[in-house]
Amino acid sequence: MSNQHVGEHHHGPAQGFTRWLYTTNHKDIGTLYLWFSFAMFILGGSFAMVIRAELFQPGMQLVRPEFFNQMTTMHGLVMVFGAIMPAFVGLANWMIPMMIGAPDMALPRMNNLSFWILPFAFAMLASTLLMDGGAPNFGWTFYAPLSTTYAPPSVTFFIFAVHIMGASSIMGSINIIATIINLRAPGMTYMKMPLFVWTWFITAFLLVAVMPVLAGAVTMMLMDIHFGTSFFSAAGGGDPVLFQHVFWFFGHPEVYILILPGFGVVSQIIPTFARKPLFGYASMVYATAAIAFLSFIVWAHHMYTVGMPVAGELFFMYATLLIAVPTGVKVFNWITTMFRGSMTFETPMLFAIAFICLFTVGGLSGVMLAMAPVDFQYQDTYFVVAHFHYTMVAGAIFSLTASVYYWLPKWCGRMYNETMGKTHFWISFVGFNLTFFPQHFVGLAGMPRRVPDYALQFADFNMMSSIGAFIYGSSQILFLFNVIRTIRAGKPISEPKVWDGAQGLEWTLPTPVPYHTFTTPPEVK
Amino acid sequence: MAFSGIAKTTGKLAVVVVAMFAFVFVVMVPLYNTLCQALGLNGKYSGKQYEVVQAKVDTTRTVKVQFVAVNAEGMPWQFQPMQASIDVHPGAVNTVEFYAKNVTDKDMVAQAVPSFVPAQAAQYFHKTECFCFRRQPLLAGADAKLPMQFIVDQALPAAITDIALSYTIFDVTAMDKADQAVTNR
Repeated sequence: MSNQHVGEHHHGPAQGFTRWLYTTNHKDIGTLYLWFSFAMFILGGSFAMVIRAELFQPGMQLVRPEFFNQMTTMHGLVMVFGAIMPAFVGLANWMIPMMIGAPDMALPRMNNLSFWILPFAFAMLASTLLMDGGAPNFGWTFYAPLSTTYAPPSVTFFIFAVHIMGASSIMGSINIIATIINLRAPGMTYMKMPLFVWTWFITAFLLVAVMPVLAGAVTMMLMDIHFGTSFFSAAGGGDPVLFQHVFWFFGHPEVYILILPGFGVVSQIIPTFARKPLFGYASMVYATAAIAFLSFIVWAHHMYTVGMPVAGELFFMYATLLIAVPTGVKVFNWITTMFRGSMTFETPMLFAIAFICLFTVGGLSGVMLAMAPVDFQYQDTYFVVAHFHYTMVAGAIFSLTASVYYWLPKWCGRMYNETMGKTHFWISFVGFNLTFFPQHFVGLAGMPRRVPDYALQFADFNMMSSIGAFIYGSSQILFLFNVIRTIRAGKPISEPKVWDGAQGLEWTLPTPVPYHTFTTPPEVK
Repeated sequence: MAFSGIAKTTGKLAVVVVAMFAFVFVVMVPLYNTLCQALGLNGKYSGKQYEVVQAKVDTTRTVKVQFVAVNAEGMPWQFQPMQASIDVHPGAVNTVEFYAKNVTDKDMVAQAVPSFVPAQAAQYFHKTECFCFRRQPLLAGADAKLPMQFIVDQALPAAITDIALSYTIFDVTAMDKADQAVTNR
């Protein structure tokens, strides 16, 4: 192997803080992304704790309603743009070059830039909490005219922060596509790429297509607020409904951007611990592509109640229900991969199996919400909140947690504490379900989302939800402790295959992974 | 070899990014307005000139047209229809009036924006004269009766027996001043 003597050709990492500031190494940047996103996960999580503390009992106890609105808004924005998206980009940085046999990402300097503008974007977004008039309070979907005519003055900072996040995501995804197209090792054909690479490849195309649409939407808001245009103002001949169309044309592909890499992670982990190759590899690739395509033609299912022709409702309803087919293919393939496998249940596998079960629950409530006639009842209730937390937390966050447990030993050459990992899993699993399962019931009974108070009949379920949220939130401290403990004092390991059932190029590298890998491309048979 | 490949891929993707950003402004916004007009959604004007068809008043049918007047937030004018509803025959020319009073001590300009229920009635509702076609200035303390002349199309589906027409009145004084400044330059 060429990487046995890499030390002769390359320097190791530089010392001190400038290593991280100037780095163009994909592993360093991946690490930066992952730590940054974890910090954002804690920040967004603390906002969620404020929300659940206020909703612990009916009536107003802790915060003012205006601040509650800022919390729901900031929680959504920070979790979507600050926690989940950068975390998956971090994984892509770490794993894609190692999985396709590339020495680094295709555009290392741009890679550095796309990470280092993120802290500025989120510092700006978070600073709005301290401004006069408070932080954005119009929900993470920032519907006009709430976000234009009636917005707090800090909305301009929010717009600029979204522009920067968008630029970062666009650069990151261009980098990923350029890497996958140009830097695959000889013999690594497209249909031999690991599924994590495939799902990110498709996700990156979604990002390139829709992040500019988001930038366009916030630019129109900026012009309406400061430059006298009337894109979304009825008084000047515009239309607030246009905002919802533009936003969800971005927003629906966005929710698949958040989950497709998670599908990829699970498709790596399940075969490893079932000790069988992934069932239906090609169908997995086609299903991912089909989901990505469909995501562009279903956006109006978020806006059935704003009024549209019956033909429009029918089209968006059937197109949305169609997404259940490729998603069903994926769930079927994961289950069939496990069928008759020699399964073991290490922490990554536990999170991956929980992902399959709970994501399917979220998918089923999604099918219910897709149906226009019933959506009129579910619209803007806690049923929607339960649905998207089952997909985003049990989907995206669980798959991210699984991937950290799965690859961390490979990255740092030390094993995490399995007992602590399993404890983290079970506390998370119970806490998560306790939080979000009751929200289905209060939602069906009519409890509206984004309201700081509620009718007395919802009190018991909300108290359960809040207790579950505190349990789930505190379990993340155990996770953080386990990760830090692993890096500093975990049991050293040196076998290239950390998991005996793992397949793929990244497991042919030494453990811990050297700073530079695959400087000479490997041969893929 | 890989290097020029990377440059090519990056260039193509950069074009896609710019194109998608432009797509929002040059395709999505006009397309939305065109579709809304073509399908008569959200009370948008069809833009077509309506040819008055004389002497074809359909007296066998009566349609109840209800009028609603709403003030947008922050709009202090008194604004209401002179009659809550009228019964009309399709094809007949009808005139109704809305009353508006500027109750403030400042000269103001207003714009009324219509909306229909049911939405598909919009394309069968022809206004030949309406105060909503242009901005309405009122001096401080002044009031006015604002006329609207309309014809309900003979082709109105039989299923529609009631049409509600709502006007929301917006304060566009600042917007009007800015536009004046531009035209006077």
